[in-house]
Amino acid sequence: RGLFIIRVFLLFLMGETLPRVPGGVPVRTLRVKMVLLGSSGVGKSSLAVRFSKDQFRDSSPTVGCAYLTRVLYLEDITLRFEIWDTAGQEKYHSVTPLYYRGAHAALVVYDICKKETFVRAQVWLRELEKQYIPGSTVVWLIGNKEDLSQNREVSLQEGQNLAQEKGLSFTETSALSGDRVNELLLAVGKSSSHDAPVQTGRLSDNLSLSNGVPQGSDSGPTFGP
Amino acid sequence: MEEDNHQDGEAQEVKISDSQPESIPPADILLGNHECPEPVEGNHSTADDRNQSVDSQPSHVGAEESGLDADVPPHLGAKLEPEETKDSDCLNNMSTHLDGTETEVRVTDNDQSDSGEFVVTMLAKAKLEEQGIGVKGRPSPLLEAGIQESPSFKSQRDEDVTTDSWRQHRKHVFVLSEAGKPIYSRYGSEEALSSTMGVMMALVSFVQSGDNLIRSVYSEEHTVVFLQKGPLVLVCVSSSRQSEQQLLGELLYVYYQIISMLTQASISRIFEHKKNYDLRRLLAGSEKILDGLLNLVDSDPSFLLAAVHCLPLASSLRDSLSQILQKAITPNLVFSILIAKNQLLTIVQEKTVIEDARLEPADVHLLLNLIGASSAFQAGEIWTPICLPLFNPDCYFYAYISYLDPPECTVCLLLLSTDKEAFYAVAECKRKIEEAMLTQNSLSLIAKAQLYSVNQVGVSDLRHFMYKPFDVPDNYRQLTQFTSPEMEAPYSNEEEKMRLLDLYRYMHSRIHSTSRPLKLIYHVAEKETLLAWVTSKFELYTCFSPLVTKTCAITAITKLLRWIKKEEDRLFIRYPPKYSTTPNPSKSSKSSKSEQQDSTDNGYLSPL
Ligand SMILES: Nc1nc2c(ncn2[C@@H]2O[C@H](COP(=O)(O)OP(=O)(O)O)[C@@H](O)[C@H]2O)c(=O)[nH]1
Ligand SMILES: [Mg+2]
Repeated sequence: RGLFIIRVFLLFLMGETLPRVPGGVPVRTLRVKMVLLGSSGVGKSSLAVRFSKDQFRDSSPTVGCAYLTRVLYLEDITLRFEIWDTAGQEKYHSVTPLYYRGAHAALVVYDICKKETFVRAQVWLRELEKQYIPGSTVVWLIGNKEDLSQNREVSLQEGQNLAQEKGLSFTETSALSGDRVNELLLAVGKSSSHDAPVQTGRLSDNLSLSNGVPQGSDSGPTFGP
Repeated sequence: MEEDNHQDGEAQEVKISDSQPESIPPADILLGNHECPEPVEGNHSTADDRNQSVDSQPSHVGAEESGLDADVPPHLGAKLEPEETKDSDCLNNMSTHLDGTETEVRVTDNDQSDSGEFVVTMLAKAKLEEQGIGVKGRPSPLLEAGIQESPSFKSQRDEDVTTDSWRQHRKHVFVLSEAGKPIYSRYGSEEALSSTMGVMMALVSFVQSGDNLIRSVYSEEHTVVFLQKGPLVLVCVSSSRQSEQQLLGELLYVYYQIISMLTQASISRIFEHKKNYDLRRLLAGSEKILDGLLNLVDSDPSFLLAAVHCLPLASSLRDSLSQILQKAITPNLVFSILIAKNQLLTIVQEKTVIEDARLEPADVHLLLNLIGASSAFQAGEIWTPICLPLFNPDCYFYAYISYLDPPECTVCLLLLSTDKEAFYAVAECKRKIEEAMLTQNSLSLIAKAQLYSVNQVGVSDLRHFMYKPFDVPDNYRQLTQFTSPEMEAPYSNEEEKMRLLDLYRYMHSRIHSTSRPLKLIYHVAEKETLLAWVTSKFELYTCFSPLVTKTCAITAITKLLRWIKKEEDRLFIRYPPKYSTTPNPSKSSKSSKSEQQDSTDNGYLSPL
């Protein structure tokens, strides 16, 4: 079991450059749609880039929605993450249905050095409950900028408490150092895989995977006129 | 000899004009209609708006230019007698009225001779008040927690507005609401400036109350220009010595960029609801886009010329790129645009949606600025609502933006759809385009494309030029373009570049002067000689070494025009192709209808 996990991590770290399994053995491909929410400046875009490219760049404010992908080849399964990042501003309101619809995981992010973003995260959580996300969505509470914990305004305990109270998964991350970002991505993949749509594909065709089909357009019941 | 139009005088002078700047939005905007009207209607608003920036006065040729025919063929004879300005520093000459103690105020339809005095006092007062209230980067209490921009995005916003360096910026731009609420300031945070903005607003309403619209204030060193558009007031305080027309044009670009993010309809609606709404709530995070626009306006002559610059490219390559775009389509796709190094490679447009309409240069500039302003675009695929204000100020397109050559990120694909749900379909078009470009090796061909050197023209003494044709053959009613070589030595550093641009701006302001437009200007400056010439076929600005003779310059221009003619297939987008994507044209209007509902229901009142 332990060996397997190490193996998975090795595979993970090598990411998309991994040599493919010979013969193109058919494997299950799982599409995992995750959306990032939270106040501006908490590091959503930085997390998205970290998820997708395992890099950190100082980013500009996000315009509209950004769509990033990451494909992970695991032992018996390929995870194709579709990561949606938005500035979450009213002016982009018209594209939010597309954003939320069919999301398997929603990550509500706050900045551990800014209390108000933690308060704001709770508004985001209520918003999620109220309208957007179908029940099957796994909601995560993420305290980001963990590398700055000397300036912390929100304790680890506070984060855990809120998560427990609301029945959410919780972790602290650093998009800057990459700490616990990979683990988070794997955990999201795992927790979402129960009801994520399963596609059969070949290891070698990650480009042609059916991203042309928005999945589960019926799962966001609250949209439309 | 050139003489300035502005009269010198000790006393404050008030100029009166009859022109009525438009301040009332068209009726359909007031109705809050978000649907895309028919293309024809879209163009109406275009025409209205453009009248503001493009001066439509018939040009009269002054005595000095009497020897000139507007349509002289490219081979100019020696009989040509262009106007000549011998003064070594014409910029100073042009604006002597700015340097004296005199202050000049222009308002429209004015009968209050004391308003000039008032304006000056108010502005002076504003300066004094500011000194007391400057607060460094304080977050606005008006902004909801969480919506305000993060400190890391502040940069120019952090500036202390009490310092001299703040005051010495070449060009300030402020946007405020009619109620006097700050919306945007290019330098310094808006709230630190709120008292200045309040004073400006007091000024605007004071002049309005006398049935006047304030247009500009000239003081020592500074020109202050006001533009009111609907519920927004835009103010430019400039020491750049540009003409009022040019500054107004720049303010209009700022207005359009705001419209491109929010639409004119929703701005009107918001302020009808709540006169003192804080629009920064909606613009938060977009200050960088406006900052970027103003930097471009200062450094890129496209804005001055109201034309787009495309990357020179062998016409066969440009055609093949267009064909690639033409083949990768999906319903409701209306524009496919390929950009390299921030310049156009090609534009392909939908046939029926915009049959007679064309994309206005200003809309393209806004799109290019949007792409340039956010490096977030380099991270993934972007999907964002965007309004093209000249095409239609009240409706959104949905822009798909993605770079085709990561990690370099110089070649960018922009696809515009009318359907906000079309992301996946449009993203699929990108994959097709990517694939086709791979097979044709397009990326490496594009990478070789670059600006040309003026040396290629083969005319000694010619240092730089800007050529804007009015009728690229077979390109009628297409995008207005201009061509220009790279700025090379002696204009290779930023300062010299800016100096040349300032000279061009001066020439442009003379050519387009509302009081006395000129067809041809031969201007001997200290370090170079410039010649600007406008005919019914083109507008041309040239820059020569200072020693060039008039005869030489004229021969050079003949050669230059021949060279451009020979190269035009490469220099311009000449045969922009179209495609048809509308098997069910009703769909697009339907989707914009549902969108209208969305935004009425949850729009600016939503808690998010
Ligand atoms: N120290 C630190 N800074 C971060 C971290 N994540 C993001 N940032 C910085 O926080 C700022 C806002 O990040 P961004 O990703 O744009 O936030 P967003 O508005 O939520 O998308 C940027 O300057 C980032 O460089 C992190 O984990 N640690
Ligand atoms: Mg962001």
